Amino acid sequence: MKLRSLAIPYVGWMAVFVIAPVLIVLGYALTDAAGGLTLANFQKMGEYTAVFSRSFLLAAISTALCLLIGYPAAYLLSREKPRVQRIMLMLIMLPMWMNFLLRTYAWMSILENTGLLNRLLSFLGLPTLNIINTPGAVVIGMVYNFLPFMILPIYSVIVKIDNSLIEAAQDLGAGTASVFRKVIFPLSLPGVLSGITMVFVPAVSTFVISQLLGGGANILLGDLIEMQFLGSAYNPHLGSAIALVMMVIVMLCMWLMNKFGAGEEQAVML
Amino acid sequence: MRKKRRFSSRLFMGLIFVFLYAPIALLIIFSFNSSKSRTVWSGFTLEWYRQLFHDSTIMSSLTTTLSVSVLAAVIATVAGTFAAIGFYNMRRRWQNPLLAVSNIPVINADIVTGVSLCLLFVSLGSLLKFDLGFGTLLIAHVTFNIPYVILSVMPKLRQLDRNLVDAAQDLGCTWMQAFYKVIIPEILPGIINGMMIAFTMSIDDFVISYFTAGSKVQTLSMTIYAMTRKRISPKINAVSTLLFVFVLTMLLIINIREARQEKQLRLKNRTIK
Repeated sequence: MKLRSLAIPYVGWMAVFVIAPVLIVLGYALTDAAGGLTLANFQKMGEYTAVFSRSFLLAAISTALCLLIGYPAAYLLSREKPRVQRIMLMLIMLPMWMNFLLRTYAWMSILENTGLLNRLLSFLGLPTLNIINTPGAVVIGMVYNFLPFMILPIYSVIVKIDNSLIEAAQDLGAGTASVFRKVIFPLSLPGVLSGITMVFVPAVSTFVISQLLGGGANILLGDLIEMQFLGSAYNPHLGSAIALVMMVIVMLCMWLMNKFGAGEEQAVML
Repeated sequence: MRKKRRFSSRLFMGLIFVFLYAPIALLIIFSFNSSKSRTVWSGFTLEWYRQLFHDSTIMSSLTTTLSVSVLAAVIATVAGTFAAIGFYNMRRRWQNPLLAVSNIPVINADIVTGVSLCLLFVSLGSLLKFDLGFGTLLIAHVTFNIPYVILSVMPKLRQLDRNLVDAAQDLGCTWMQAFYKVIIPEILPGIINGMMIAFTMSIDDFVISYFTAGSKVQTLSMTIYAMTRKRISPKINAVSTLLFVFVLTMLLIINIREARQEKQLRLKNRTIK
């Protein structure tokens, strides 16, 4: 008996629970309720262009904001002493262990019209804001939930940059700004790419954040899929077609990332 | 100048932590609020913690969440460790495509994994006459947990010196003994790490459970989701606070242990030099 045969049970498991489901989704997407082969499900997606564009727009804005906040945070974090780094890293990861539905729900209490933010604003004599149930609230929820997924991969790449490269650049006369622009930033690109993927994929597919913070008016792709399976508009064929499109998007992201040399293990393990 | 830069850097990080922790602090504070309001403070009470233990919906969903998470983490750790060792001993030509397939549930959006498993269980269920329930929920969790275990065991295997296994066998170990006495102890940190990741992934999951648990079984996340459609009871704040404190304690213990191990390692290295 050889050690490699230890993988056989899992290969069987993958065939049933990883590959078969993907094939079933493919099958549903290409058939109608009567079982005939059709492309109608993909045509029907045309009716939901508004949902597609809203999802992509909101996910893209959230990803950009996460990058704008997350990159400096990751960089500053990597300049701290190891002890401080360890504590701060833990503090960044810790919120992920509080149920994310509840954390999102807590934002509802903050952003509501009579919520804490508006109370604070009126206490300070400032005009109140109407944020809840707008796309802005959805973006806040996304940035809040997915920011750690941007900080962690960028940090893990920056922290591994060989210090002698930076010293060499400094010896050759580069100032702080050009060290960053010519050494640190290019070397951190794999982390940036995996951060973008790790934020964009869940953001474009979420349905909880849009339901809680966006009200009924800001339906996203995730809501659309959910409605086809468990909600009011039961149609697993259409739902599978949308899920298939989402799979293709994810694969494109992965392909882009591999092309620029970020390993998949890096992308997943922080 | 340097001091000023350091100050602004700390200020920036501080603001991020305020952003990350404000909702959590709010949840914890209002678990002690004596009225049901989520925004108005009306006095301190432990009433919700007391009521929590008499609420059968919350307690049964908490039991479901904990038992699924523990079972799925243990099963996935065993299966994932075996799978990783198997993969590691394969040729690259086989290893790479298999690892890529194994990562599908990790890279796919949760909702896609959820609906695809849902479709599988529904069609298998009508074929083999079973309903969605605890069994399908557990299978789904094991399926998305295994890749995380593999991803954390694999790097440890790559660090393993292959000669060690050969040496053990030369000295008369059967391959079973070589497995238990050489390989497992060497990769143990990766296995434990993988189990922790799997456990937390399971506990935090909502989307995949939502699509695979059917209508009879509810995890804590599903109960919370059902409540958000109406009104959340402060009891939920209380149970989340307890879970949060539990995780915080676990993390502190792990971190202190790691710090201590690193210190010992450093001391050892110094004495060798």
